[in-house]
Amino acid sequence: MDTPKTGEFAHIGKSVVIKGELSGSEDLYVDGTVEGSIELQGNNLVIGPNGHVRANVNAKGVVVQGKLDGNIRASERTELRKTAVAVGEIITQRVAIEDGAYFKGKVDIQKEAAKPNPQPLRSEPKVEAKSAATGAAAATSGTSVSGAGGAGPVTPSPSVIKN
Amino acid sequence: MLDRAPEVAMASVTHSFMKLFRGSSADSDRGVKPAHPGQRLTRRSSGLAELSRALKSEEPLCILDLGYTSAANIRYLTERGHKIYSEDLLEASTDPSLITQDEQGKPILDSRRFLADNLVYQAAHFDIVLCWNLADYLDESLVKPVVGRLWSTIKPGGMLLAFFHTREAGPDAPCYRYHIVNNDMLEMQHIEARRDVRRGPTGALHTAIEKSFRLQRVFNNRHIENLFRDFASIKFFLTRDNIREVLVVR
Repeated sequence: MDTPKTGEFAHIGKSVVIKGELSGSEDLYVDGTVEGSIELQGNNLVIGPNGHVRANVNAKGVVVQGKLDGNIRASERTELRKTAVAVGEIITQRVAIEDGAYFKGKVDIQKEAAKPNPQPLRSEPKVEAKSAATGAAAATSGTSVSGAGGAGPVTPSPSVIKN
Repeated sequence: MLDRAPEVAMASVTHSFMKLFRGSSADSDRGVKPAHPGQRLTRRSSGLAELSRALKSEEPLCILDLGYTSAANIRYLTERGHKIYSEDLLEASTDPSLITQDEQGKPILDSRRFLADNLVYQAAHFDIVLCWNLADYLDESLVKPVVGRLWSTIKPGGMLLAFFHTREAGPDAPCYRYHIVNNDMLEMQHIEARRDVRRGPTGALHTAIEKSFRLQRVFNNRHIENLFRDFASIKFFLTRDNIREVLVVR
């Protein structure tokens, strides 16, 4: 899973801060800040070099280039790139860690696909998009953010997965 | 000329001290030469060979790797069905917020705070701990508290593998990270510290060579036995590269 090209992934820009439950049915690239939980069952998550995620993550594949403080449950593959700083538990089928990556936590390789079981780190869901000036689309089609008023997670509409 | 005499005398004393620390030049020649960052050397490990018998267990083991994050170790151990925990204590010890002062106002690291943030596991959790060369490079104020915490997190009968330099290794012995290659072979890679630790968190106490860590002290056999006095047994493996491998059993 390489760094996504524009348009292939829903994109959260580096000036965007999201607090709450983030779920979707398309691949997601996070270069901003997310606190809470990320649920992308069957899809991929890339945390970009500027990304700072304090959340439990459930996805098909996870690539970390920035900072992740939380547990990863990836049904297929987890990659920690050389700039990654990851703290938490990784439950996955395959793991790749580049030289230079920092990891503190537990690695549990499971032969079968890891079952989804994300627990939000914080119970104060709210959306706080500080700025969208950098072209960040916090919630594009197929990716939803729950929060403000405790509406709970919104079931995303299916979208075309271009990967 | 007379003005330079004390300088020359001091240089001579320093040279003698360093010679004492390093041993004879013949011994130094046998030692591990400082490596370039990224360069990898291999060495046979009798301690790992002994540990490998336990790694063949059908039951999944809980293993704690206290070295720099190693993809090779994670792959090697998870391929055998074990659960691995990774925690780089040497890197964690360079956190500047740990610096405090003792009663004499001397800078030390706050071991309580360090143990509140690191090595936080339930009692008797691990079957094996890979300590590598941590004790030789860790700040003095943290060594005993860390070993005490490790004792409590290891299961009775669980094992800990540690490496200690001999005096002949010299004060500029490079700090390596260790990658498991097979049952008894390790690959050593020179560590580059992530933070700037040239002065170290406590200044002179933790100076570093270039961008790496500096050997803090040399334990002799009695020191090592005292360090692990609460453990049930201790086994030494002597090697040719001025390293003593130690396998202790709780």
